[in-house]
Amino acid sequence: MLSFVGKRLATGVGLIVTLAVLTFFFLQLGNSDTAQRIAGQQAGPEAVAVVEERLGLDRPAIVQFLDWAGSALTGDLGRSWFSGQEVTEAVTTRMSVTVTLAVGSVLLTAVIGITLGALAATRRGWLDRAVQILAVIGQAIPGFLLAMALVLVFAIELDWFPATGYTRFSESPSEWLLSIALPVIALTLGSIGGVAQQVRGAMIDAFERDYVRTLRSRGLPRRSVVYQHVLRNAAGPALTVLGLQFVILLGGAVIVEQLFSIPGLGPLALSSTSQGDIPVVMGIVVVTGVIVVVVNTLVDVIQAWVNPKVRVS
Amino acid sequence: MSTPTTTASSATGAPRRGVLRRLLVHPLGGVSMIVLAVIVVVGVIAPWIAPHDPTETSLSMIFAEPGGEYLLGGDSAGRDIWSRLLIATAFSLAGGLLVMAVASLVGVTAGLIAGYYGGFVDAVGAWFTALTMSLPSIIVLIAARAVIGPSMWWTMAIFGIFISPVYYRVVYNSVRAVRGELYVDAARTSGLGDGRIIGRHVLLAVRAPVILLMSGVIAAGIGMQAGFDFLGLGDPTIPTWGQMLNEGFYNITRSATLVLWPALALGLTTVALTLLGTALRDELEGTSERRRSRKAPAWSLDEDVPAVVDHGGEDASEPLLAVRDLAVAYQAGDGYATVVKGGRLTVRRGETHGLIGESGSGKTQTAFSVLGLLPKGGKVMAGSIVFDGQELTGLSDAQMNRLRGTRIAYVPQEPMSNLDPSFTVGHQLTEPLVKAAGLSRKEAKERALALLARVGIPDPERAFGSYPHQLSGGMAQRVLIAGAVASHPDLLIADEPTTALDVTVQAEVLDLLRDLQEELGMAILIVTHNFGVVADICDRVSVMQKGVMVETGATADVFDDPRHPYTRALFEAIPKGAPRAPLAGVTSAGLLGTGALK
Repeated sequence: MLSFVGKRLATGVGLIVTLAVLTFFFLQLGNSDTAQRIAGQQAGPEAVAVVEERLGLDRPAIVQFLDWAGSALTGDLGRSWFSGQEVTEAVTTRMSVTVTLAVGSVLLTAVIGITLGALAATRRGWLDRAVQILAVIGQAIPGFLLAMALVLVFAIELDWFPATGYTRFSESPSEWLLSIALPVIALTLGSIGGVAQQVRGAMIDAFERDYVRTLRSRGLPRRSVVYQHVLRNAAGPALTVLGLQFVILLGGAVIVEQLFSIPGLGPLALSSTSQGDIPVVMGIVVVTGVIVVVVNTLVDVIQAWVNPKVRVS
Repeated sequence: MSTPTTTASSATGAPRRGVLRRLLVHPLGGVSMIVLAVIVVVGVIAPWIAPHDPTETSLSMIFAEPGGEYLLGGDSAGRDIWSRLLIATAFSLAGGLLVMAVASLVGVTAGLIAGYYGGFVDAVGAWFTALTMSLPSIIVLIAARAVIGPSMWWTMAIFGIFISPVYYRVVYNSVRAVRGELYVDAARTSGLGDGRIIGRHVLLAVRAPVILLMSGVIAAGIGMQAGFDFLGLGDPTIPTWGQMLNEGFYNITRSATLVLWPALALGLTTVALTLLGTALRDELEGTSERRRSRKAPAWSLDEDVPAVVDHGGEDASEPLLAVRDLAVAYQAGDGYATVVKGGRLTVRRGETHGLIGESGSGKTQTAFSVLGLLPKGGKVMAGSIVFDGQELTGLSDAQMNRLRGTRIAYVPQEPMSNLDPSFTVGHQLTEPLVKAAGLSRKEAKERALALLARVGIPDPERAFGSYPHQLSGGMAQRVLIAGAVASHPDLLIADEPTTALDVTVQAEVLDLLRDLQEELGMAILIVTHNFGVVADICDRVSVMQKGVMVETGATADVFDDPRHPYTRALFEAIPKGAPRAPLAGVTSAGLLGTGALK
């Protein structure tokens, strides 16, 4: 089990390294006039040179990268070129907000999606059709469009929730809940259908398995076979989908945050890339990569726990 | 097992020409195709029908009311919303198509090469796929914009590359599957070049999945473009739905219609594309619900069932199981496939009864009917099944549950697929004892361990805690036999219990069944295609052909004097020199080749 986790993590570290290298050198392509912009459009060549030297931009790209990577290993992702803020701090504070949204949506998606999928698979009929239609619509309509509709109805028309803004949990838990409710619901609506569809498919598939008939031939009622055996065997595919959904939800959160003016990763990503603030962009990409790798490893571990074949071998 | 395959084959073998027509009459497909056709036409003729320049601003038209000079009113910069909507349609469709073109070109090419040759491209493909799945695409596009600036075409092309693994994986898997096919090997040995093989055989196999992905990828592209532009990252000189939504959303207090039109256009397009994809999948894969009519069609036995050749010699005692004129059918399209037409069977207490016939003769279906566990879609249409004086046809599932496991038990054919891979052997043995037979957990465990020892498992404690994949096939079959006899049933139905096992293990399993029968005094109905098995352990035998029982009698009588032509044909199909009535313990004689019987 330990070597299994170790192997997954090693692959993840490889991914993060390639991600960092690719992003860094790709960003160099658009990095020709950054020093000029930091110094100001009126600044003369001397002033620009001073900025270049201060930020170390006068060195070859490979040296800059190794320098960055060296301190990144110690947890220091440098400082923003424009605001001077520490990147590690800026990214982690904002990432915590984004991850809150994504985790909240994944949990909600898991509970509702699995329930709907299981009901659709066992009851069939109209419920099944309703779940399938929901899946198609959730898949088809972009998340921010749903978010917009929610804001229009529940924040502007009904005034149940704040339309924009974010309250920290430490300030007021109840207002925090209200401030993330609409964003989380918006993100969840888009992903429930897909998960429900997967669970439904996996369960219908499991129903037709030989061992289900054999268990039934021993006098076990249909219900108990469904809840213990069919659901357990459908859990693997469902988990995989939830893991993938997490990455999709992180991306969706970027747009939804902008829409709700939530100080998450999205607004930071937008401002830093439009400025060409390479340390911040690097920080965002790497930290996102780390989180995704951690989540994927977690999914693999739970997968192994559910599926003895992976665990034992 | 012989499940009818009529439904599956009719769908996959459907002629390709009909897909478009079937799609049009598909309830979702027809509507979404019409909607999409309108959107595409609007997009194509937009430059000619747009009444105004979509980027032309006019101070006097800021937030102009709809209906005047501007059909749908003006936006915050005094631009014509109707014209912008029209031109945006063209750009959205073009963007979606670009994503699809790039993704399919990159993904299909890489998938073909990696799948066919493997090696370096394979490794890079797997690695790139993992990379794209570890970062949200919007982050990548935002980062890319820092370098390339606000270009819609570049953004969409990069997104296309980023989601190309969707195609890559599908094509890769299809090619891998085709690569191993015999006809590809044959083409290679006959000297066809790789290019010709890929062109002729491999492309054919990936055509359907690639078409299936098309509409979904276009929808994803359009959605991503809208989201990207909604963030204000798009090219300001190109009007798009995303920009209009952004503009409308930040002026939502002035007029809700600013948001309404682009939202409607975007939602309609993506929903129509997705529904089209679903409809296409339904029709290509034959999973359409439409053809399954609401009301079940009328069933009738369309032929006379010939009388069974009966050797007689049964004692007059009350039979334990009496099957009479059984008919089993599966609904297929607008009619039925009747797989059992004249099921007749009499099993007496304590006897071993062989049910023999080639694959598809209906013997397994007859056995499942007795258990009340026919595969999905199968139904007992006529006849009676009387078990110990009780009529089983028409019983509810709950009523059958009281018989299953306790009085009628079942040993399946394929040991591995009949054990749940996620639960230990012990759990699968004790669960029915606790839930159905009402034992306590402790009693159930004791009984299970004793049974495991009884069926010849060397270390019962260890097997009890094992998962099915840790057992050999022979061990797994012993576990299944232990599970079947756990509650001392009166009738054990064994469906080809030795077919999937090694020859040496086959004999041991048959010996075990014979010993258990003597011990417990149960009757065994053994379904087989192997006369060796019949000769070895059966007191009586019934022969089935094409769903009809043709001959029945004591094993010795049928072997000495096979009267029905089909029974004689079965005997003639046994290889020359193989013993008809095999020596004790030898069970491999006379595996029937089905081809010889036709």
